[in-house]
Amino acid sequence: MNADNFKTLVVETDLLILGGGMAACGAAYEASYWAKKNKQRVTLVDKAAMERSGAVAMGLSAINLYLGLSKGNNTVDDYVSYVKNDLMGIARKDLVANIARHVDSSVHLFEKWGLPIWKDEEGNYVNEGRWQIMIHGESYKNIVSEAAKSALKELGEDGAYYERVFITEPVMYEDRCVGAVGFSVRENVFYVFKAKAVLDVMGGAVHVFRPRSVGEGLGRSWYPPFNSGASTYFTLKAGAEMTCQEVRFVPVRFKDSYGPVGAWFLLFKSRATNAKGEDYMEKRSSELENWAPYGTSKPTPANLRNYLMLLELEEGNGPIYMRTDEAIQKLVAEIPDEKESRRKMKELESEAWEDFLDMTVSQALNWASHNIMPEETPSEISACEPYFISSHSGASGAWVSGPKDLAPGEHHWGYDNMTSVKGLFAAGDAAGASSHKFSSGSFTEGRIAGKAAIAFCVDHPEAFEISEEQTAAMKERVLQPLKTFQEHHAYTNDEDVNPNYIKPRMFMFRLQKIMDEYAGGASVGFKTSGALLTRGLEYLQFMKEDAEKLAAADLNELMRCWENVHRMWQAESHIRTMLFREETRWPGYYFRTDYPRMKEDWEAFANCRWDPESGKWEMIKREIL
Amino acid sequence: MPSFVINEKCDGCKAQDRTACQYICPNDLMVLDRETNKAFNRAVDMCWECYSCVKICPTQAIEIRGYADFMPLGGVVQPLRSSDSIMWAVRFRNKVVKRFKFPIRTKPEGSIDPDAGFTTGTEDLKSPVLRTEPDSL
Ligand SMILES: Cc1cc2nc3c(=O)[nH]c(=O)nc-3n(C[C@H](O)[C@H](O)[C@H](O)COP(=O)(O)OP(=O)(O)OC[C@H]3O[C@@H](n4cnc5c(N)ncnc54)[C@H](O)[C@@H]3O)c2cc1C
Ligand code: SF4
Ligand code: SF4
Repeated sequence: MNADNFKTLVVETDLLILGGGMAACGAAYEASYWAKKNKQRVTLVDKAAMERSGAVAMGLSAINLYLGLSKGNNTVDDYVSYVKNDLMGIARKDLVANIARHVDSSVHLFEKWGLPIWKDEEGNYVNEGRWQIMIHGESYKNIVSEAAKSALKELGEDGAYYERVFITEPVMYEDRCVGAVGFSVRENVFYVFKAKAVLDVMGGAVHVFRPRSVGEGLGRSWYPPFNSGASTYFTLKAGAEMTCQEVRFVPVRFKDSYGPVGAWFLLFKSRATNAKGEDYMEKRSSELENWAPYGTSKPTPANLRNYLMLLELEEGNGPIYMRTDEAIQKLVAEIPDEKESRRKMKELESEAWEDFLDMTVSQALNWASHNIMPEETPSEISACEPYFISSHSGASGAWVSGPKDLAPGEHHWGYDNMTSVKGLFAAGDAAGASSHKFSSGSFTEGRIAGKAAIAFCVDHPEAFEISEEQTAAMKERVLQPLKTFQEHHAYTNDEDVNPNYIKPRMFMFRLQKIMDEYAGGASVGFKTSGALLTRGLEYLQFMKEDAEKLAAADLNELMRCWENVHRMWQAESHIRTMLFREETRWPGYYFRTDYPRMKEDWEAFANCRWDPESGKWEMIKREIL
Repeated sequence: MPSFVINEKCDGCKAQDRTACQYICPNDLMVLDRETNKAFNRAVDMCWECYSCVKICPTQAIEIRGYADFMPLGGVVQPLRSSDSIMWAVRFRNKVVKRFKFPIRTKPEGSIDPDAGFTTGTEDLKSPVLRTEPDSL
């Protein structure tokens, strides 16, 4: 493929939305409305097809954030306390509250748009847990993306979306973010998007750490392999301050296929036990006191539940089982009438299978291939590898402004969800320290950011000239892997083995090996230390140099090259922040053996910033307000 | 081999300018071999087994063979997606078959009204009130 015959297409807009997932769809939905009233243009760019892009591609079986405010089921404060406790005290109350006060509205819209939500006899939503409601969600993303596209259509020529365009870099004008560049993965086109405001909503990151399965199962990470750290890279490269880059998420899921456990724990009230049938949460409850006040509050934070399980495994009491058999039998036994109890059994069976078929089909396939009937046989569960997903139970992302009416003093700087860089906004997995937003909350945060970004566009009508030299230099950089391949591949007999370059696949494996072994991956029981992290950082510096020699034979490989550069930056900010925070606070996510306890002086945010001018990293400790 | 294409059933989407599986795969794995006019998954170990390609293929040419590094042979899970529901056939290794049917949407595709009948209570771009609020709350 010839790197020299790429067309450059320049697209001008006012608000540029990067990504097409839940937060992006929320942003497009909301921004279109306000853009129309204020004569602004909105453009959305997704690397895939919005209909099935991002973490909700397969569908979901539950909406994990719904408060039921109008019915008085919960208050915003209830939710804020829950989130803060689950994150061991490290959360931005203003951001969580802002999402919580609006999220019900998004869920009500989903229902009107055609998402089937489970109802009980009185017509109320069926709760899975306190905050979760059950849905028939196979087409969740189809529905939400259709609404976003319809909203963009209301703008006529002023609303547009681009699919299969991979975003690589921000376009800067002095201290302002004024656009983005990327390339089509279908044709030889380099894109330059110019905008007044840019919203980064490109999801979280996976495959930064080595997955447990490294054969075909490599792609069956819990988090989808197509979200690869673009969000973090984009905000870092723009010079934005980041927060909680150390707070990865390690979910415990059904072993190997990583099927969801939420319905089993919450809806079916199942227990997890060790191989001897002991409930390790009961058995080890005294350990939770070491992590007070969070460990001793209810519900127990996710990372501590993981931790008790890991301790159990270390002692040799594995495998760990989800007692699906026991749970189902118990629910059926509650019904004395035999006919009625048979009906109940059928209903539970269907609910159990739907939970997987709606959102992790692989797990259903896994049960079928192992002849597992959940009502008869328990299934193994295990801790996955680490992921970066701040909309779930991780927290890594950009440090963004809170709303004027909720944010304390320095947590508000002008526009909701704007990063520390002027004109650059973030939401969903791209915005940090506001965990547990999930699908509905990410959509909602996208709406909040979308509206605020239109306000920014209206207040900042000035246009910037991006020089042709600047775009030409970016184009050269983005397409360099194609050129490198072109220049050198004929030298050897095997295009994957060449001393002049590295292909993205091996580059990814090298990153995963470093992260797994030095930054506390699954194979080392999520343990690390200052010495290990320092060594890992040294290895990463070699990688950064070799990144200049990435090579791509075609557009698909060019995308893989950039995905892995994005992952590498995610990795570096992660290691640096783990090094900075000299304590252990989320022991089931990672454990620093040299600082094995939680420390009061680290009841604070660990932030970082890469300075585009000096190329140096700055670490910042910020108070929890 | 996560997703695979049954050669006999794939008609290359009748040589339209884009094939359904290529259009939908969120990880850009499905491609059409121009010579044979058959689609294939170009990197099976980067496949999420998300079934998007399986559900969209107009000729039911795509199936999933569970990841061979941890799933025994013989299990099959195959969907048939219509405009308002999805039917699943789950075949176990021991040949037991279970079938399930679930609704997928209550309104026809293409009929979504973004405001869904709600009105927006403010014109103020700076207020925290979002589109359709407070009505939709
Ligand atoms: C396995 C799993 C199960 C979950 N279960 C539930 C649940 O039951 N209930 C619930 O409410 N939530 C659940 N969630 C959480 C929910 O899916 C996320 O919170 C939500 O999708 C986050 O939205 P987002 O927009 O930030 O990211 P995503 O929805 O993942 O969207 C990211 C978007 O960015 C695009 N993109 C990425 N890189 C680039 C690039 N370089 N250029 C252009 N575009 C790019 C992607 O194509 C995609 O469109 C689950 C998540 C996972 C992973
Ligand atoms: S969607 Fe089906 S028929 Fe069309 S190219 Fe793909 S496999 Fe072949
Ligand atoms: S199952 Fe999903 S990830 Fe795999 S090829 Fe099909 S669409 Fe792509």
